[in-house]
Amino acid sequence: MKGKLILEDGSVFSGELLNNIKATGEVVFNTSMTGYQESLTDPSYCRQILTLTYPMVGNYGIADIFMQSRKSFVNGFVIGELCEEGSNWHYETSLADFLTKQGIPCLYNVDTRAVTRKIRSAGTMKGIIVPDDAAKTEIDELFAVPIKKDVVMEVTTPEAYTMEAEQADAPFVVAMDFGVKQNILKSLHNLGCRLEVVPADTKAEDILAMNPDGIFLSNGPGDPADVPEIVEEIKKLLGKKPIFGICLGHQLLARALGAKTYKLKFGHRGSNQPVKNLLTGRVQISSQNHGFAVDEDSLKDLPLEVTHINVNDGTVEGIRHTGMPIFSVQYHPEASPGPDDNMYLFDEFWTMLKGE
Amino acid sequence: MTDTHIADRVYIEPLTPEFLEEIIAKEKPDGLLATLGGQAGLNLAVQLSERGILEKHEVELLGTSLTAIKKAEDRELFKETMQKLGEPIPESTIVEDVPAAVEFANSIGYPVIVRPAYTMGGTGGGIADNEEELIDIVIKGLNYSMIGQVLIERSVAGWKEIEYEVMRDGNDNCITVCNMENFDPVGVHTGDSIVVAPSQTLTDHEYQMLRSASLRIIRELGIEGGCNAQYALDPDSNRYYVIEVNPRVSRSSALASKATGYPIAKVSAKIAIGYSLDEITNAVTQKTKACFEPALDYCVVKFPRWPFDKFVYADRTLGTQMKATGEVMSIDRHFEGAILKAARSLEIGVHRLHMEKMDEWDDARVKKNLARINDERIFVIAEALRRGIASVDEIHEITKVDKWFINKIKNITDVEVLLAREPLTPKHMLAAKNVGLADVSIAEITGKSADEIRTIRKSMNILPCYKMVDTCAAEFEAATPYYYSTFHAQQDEVETSTARKVVVLGSGPIRIGQGVEFDYCSVHSVWALKEMGIEAIIINNNPETVSTDFDISDRLYFEPLTTEDVLNIIDKEKPEGVIVQFGGQTAINLAASLQKAGVKVFGTSVDDIDRAEDRERFDEVLTQTKIPRPLGISVTNLDDAIVGAANIGYPVMVRPSYVLGGRAMEIVYNEDELRDYMSRAVKVTPDHPVLVDRYMQGTEVEVDGISDGVDVVIPGIMEHVERAGVHSGDSIAVYPPRTLSSKVIYTIIDYTKRLAVALHVKGLLNIQFVVVNDEVFIIEVNPRSSRTVPFLSKVTDIKMVNLATQIALGSTLKELGYRSGLVPPKPYVAVKAPVFSFAKMTDVDIALGPEMKSTGEVMGIDYHYARALYKAIIGSGINVPTKGCVLFTVADKDKEEMMQLAKAFSELDFKIAATEGTAKAIMSMGIDVEIVGKVHERSTDIIEKIKNGNIDMVINTLTQGKHSLKDGFKIRRATVEHGIACLTSLDTAWEVLRVLSFMRERRLVYSLAIQDYVGGGDDLA
Repeated sequence: MKGKLILEDGSVFSGELLNNIKATGEVVFNTSMTGYQESLTDPSYCRQILTLTYPMVGNYGIADIFMQSRKSFVNGFVIGELCEEGSNWHYETSLADFLTKQGIPCLYNVDTRAVTRKIRSAGTMKGIIVPDDAAKTEIDELFAVPIKKDVVMEVTTPEAYTMEAEQADAPFVVAMDFGVKQNILKSLHNLGCRLEVVPADTKAEDILAMNPDGIFLSNGPGDPADVPEIVEEIKKLLGKKPIFGICLGHQLLARALGAKTYKLKFGHRGSNQPVKNLLTGRVQISSQNHGFAVDEDSLKDLPLEVTHINVNDGTVEGIRHTGMPIFSVQYHPEASPGPDDNMYLFDEFWTMLKGE
Repeated sequence: MTDTHIADRVYIEPLTPEFLEEIIAKEKPDGLLATLGGQAGLNLAVQLSERGILEKHEVELLGTSLTAIKKAEDRELFKETMQKLGEPIPESTIVEDVPAAVEFANSIGYPVIVRPAYTMGGTGGGIADNEEELIDIVIKGLNYSMIGQVLIERSVAGWKEIEYEVMRDGNDNCITVCNMENFDPVGVHTGDSIVVAPSQTLTDHEYQMLRSASLRIIRELGIEGGCNAQYALDPDSNRYYVIEVNPRVSRSSALASKATGYPIAKVSAKIAIGYSLDEITNAVTQKTKACFEPALDYCVVKFPRWPFDKFVYADRTLGTQMKATGEVMSIDRHFEGAILKAARSLEIGVHRLHMEKMDEWDDARVKKNLARINDERIFVIAEALRRGIASVDEIHEITKVDKWFINKIKNITDVEVLLAREPLTPKHMLAAKNVGLADVSIAEITGKSADEIRTIRKSMNILPCYKMVDTCAAEFEAATPYYYSTFHAQQDEVETSTARKVVVLGSGPIRIGQGVEFDYCSVHSVWALKEMGIEAIIINNNPETVSTDFDISDRLYFEPLTTEDVLNIIDKEKPEGVIVQFGGQTAINLAASLQKAGVKVFGTSVDDIDRAEDRERFDEVLTQTKIPRPLGISVTNLDDAIVGAANIGYPVMVRPSYVLGGRAMEIVYNEDELRDYMSRAVKVTPDHPVLVDRYMQGTEVEVDGISDGVDVVIPGIMEHVERAGVHSGDSIAVYPPRTLSSKVIYTIIDYTKRLAVALHVKGLLNIQFVVVNDEVFIIEVNPRSSRTVPFLSKVTDIKMVNLATQIALGSTLKELGYRSGLVPPKPYVAVKAPVFSFAKMTDVDIALGPEMKSTGEVMGIDYHYARALYKAIIGSGINVPTKGCVLFTVADKDKEEMMQLAKAFSELDFKIAATEGTAKAIMSMGIDVEIVGKVHERSTDIIEKIKNGNIDMVINTLTQGKHSLKDGFKIRRATVEHGIACLTSLDTAWEVLRVLSFMRERRLVYSLAIQDYVGGGDDLA
């Protein structure tokens, strides 16, 4: 059936509605050309309507091994062509079936480049997906639905769980799950770590009581300013153990250390973001998905140094503590989707865990 | 690229180490950049280095080092490097002889691929299914390899073929510019494959797996600049093999640059002089850096253009040896739109995935053809789907083409079937445009005219949107005016201006008869317009050209050159008009329909173009201007042709009207051949008459002029070495003419003026004459740019296209400061020689005739004619021997002339060999001759001698008739397979002789920059 995406500023983009499910969310775009399943199941997209700029989606179907979390948390999915007949040896089900099964509102046959151009110039904004014939009142109601703030608690694991290591004397890492992507856990696990994945509201003392060799702060959705209680707990972890943070974990860590965060106009979402490592002078291509960033000016008087910057806009992409084994990056070294140029960061964490 | 304003010093000299050393000694450059000149550039760099020339003159090799080049190019080193990295390569071995090849192949099993080391375009390679085929291919491959080595390797035919374009700078920053997936699975040379960008059927995991491999490889090789890596990926697992790495900018890089907007060559050049990727600005966004990976938000299709329309007898099978002469590229928001745009850009008489001739095939034949791997495969797939005689799965089983592609083609044919069955409702019209069908295709299916469809479609408000190619999927605002159309969108993002603007039509894919010369003209026309303060808009579909660089025009539309696609852009842009005279026949063919649609055509009017091209109307022009032409008639059926030819007298030259590059033109010697020609080569209808002309054997002369309808400037006259009958594009042309009398030159000037005035030419015109006994006859007039315009512009230093553009827009020659007449000839000589790619086209006869066969050209320039000729001949790749044995085998009519030639070669201490009859004649002059048996008598004698290297050059003319030629054909092919010079025109042979005798007494190498020639510098050669 015909449907449309309406943005807060009144712009309308028409398309076909896959399942007659309406949606409200913050509209963001991702420029990756592959990895739609990984993006769809990245919990960091919780509360957002995800638009893909690549116009043909579903080409290779869906396979369980590419899931980044237990389900998709996106509020809506806006794409160009929805490929009906996926083709790949991994193929298990079609993208359309997956979306239907997951109950994800999907608007396809949309000029997503036009959507992207809009957001690029006007900034990230609220939007809704409705059938073409939706009444004015219905539209108003959907716009009235507030953008959720308690998203971390929605996506975090309800129960703590353990990922055992092969080696008995493996370093032990507690991973705070703010909406962690499976490939982060897999990457840590592949290093040889024993992992305890804990819910986002786990108290610092409980974490320290487990006496880990290191603590990992995961990626996740939403505004880091919306979860001050987590920041408070992280403060208590500082200086106690080596800490590594990714994405939201990086922002929360920065806030715990006294830095500020702010919202980017339309964020960085894609697999082609160049990041310069200021320590080596080398540039790596990174996978990114964030709408907020750490304010560089707020780092001035703090015991923090900027280790990585974005080559495109100069924003902070990585920091480290000048006196403690603490570091974090804004981007996704675990890729999925995207390039694996930055796996070296996991190795650096490993070195820290080993106390080297 | 060889214009004097492109570089501070431009040399047009043979690309040999000897000439390069001379230039290096003279210019004393600090560095040499070899990775941008394709395989030829790399090979030369290797040779220069090995001969110690770089060291001697203290020239630094910039960019990728020789070690890196060797690691990628030398099979054994490459294998070691890959093994060290743990990158899988197919089991393989290097052999230097046949028995070793056979032994290895028998140990790993067939099929195996044979690849010669150090060759271009896979020359001499192939897939062998058994020992017999293997032996055959290995012999050829060993001959082609510069170092006498071939690689025998396990065949992974049927796997997915994936390519990555990678960049690395001196700081070890690496990025991939884009990846590409071949529609055709491994087995077809990537240059002959339909290619899409980015990959479509790879998961992110597979995409990143191969991307990471590419980065590891470029790092290990230590390449600084661009590099291309090709993989075979198992369609049923994560297994892959590295097939090939090119340590340089390649054909694929050009495609990737156009496909993404990322200028690979430019960035490579900057890297070579020391910049790092994060220091180089992204030219497209002007904000971001070159250190990023382009994100595409569209689908790109590359479709090869093959010369099988010319080489009707050629083997159309596609394999590891590239056969295409050019390619088209298309962009749309989805594959269906892009593949259909590509199909109609090809100019092979199709506008969708449908070939008319297949309508006559029965289902069994269609199915049978699915298994054939040739240039028509995608059309056969579409035909099978359209008829519903094979399922997607079945087609996949037979072709191994990924089901995703087949399903996409089915999306198109499903709509076609629907259109054929149901009335053309707005919904159906939208569906048709959404899958990318052209108006003309919808018209064909629904039985309406294309004009009607256009009117209906516009009344339904179904119009294309134009989108930008910006490297970043709209994430950043871009400054680049590079656009494509789509019906699959809601927002048009082109901001047109209200300034004066003109559309320049490009020339489409490079093919025989229409090469890059026409792109030169289009680009110069764009520059002229910009100089005049007019916005220039270019429309073209060829990724190999300069005109499709996004910084040439004010706006670039990467679109098919068809009436609909061009009109859609004109509707959008509303320019003052279009210029058609620089885009070859491609653009000229659109003139009438554009004018009919109300578009202003600048320059020579559509009616006058028709007067020059329509046989009968042109006859009127000639009568009116009193200019003689060879006797001839125009016929529309076989009977008239037979009667007409008999009246004119054989031999006659036959060809269809409206030709370019002598398409389907032949000299026929009798009625049988005429009948054969009429049934095979042309489709005769009242709309498409065939021309039958008397074949006049004389000197051919070619002229390019610029006219404003009143005055005519003739920058130069070119005389052809080969007598009339050899296509002008295949002839060696000499500027200024050497043998024409003043009377003849005067007559040519006079006729040129008369014709330009009579045809009201506003811009360029090209005329071909034949001179017989000091009388001048006209062969043809082309009221447009010709393939000799760049040549003449360079040697005469007259900006021909610039003047023609100004005139087309309304200026006069007087205003521009030019007087009517022939510009005085320069004191130097320039020779243009054709380049052939016969080595890649098996089953093609290399004998020169009225049908053009060359795929490129070179120029030799010097103050001495013989040396200019020498430069042109060696530059064109003819392997001229300075000693050894010359084999003569000529037609009876040529025997007398041949005897003189044989005598002359013998005087230069060449040994002479000939077949019996010829030999006797030569012996009668007291010259020693080795008698060799004719091919059909002692089946292999001559061929054996050629194979064994006992013959160094062959002079062979066609014995009369087309079918008694098998012997000659075999001999000529044998010379190609073994890289021996074969001259099929006695005129060429005489000139080679001239070169050989002249060069015995003079220095072979002398070079001067073009700037010095045209500036009148050093003339003491």
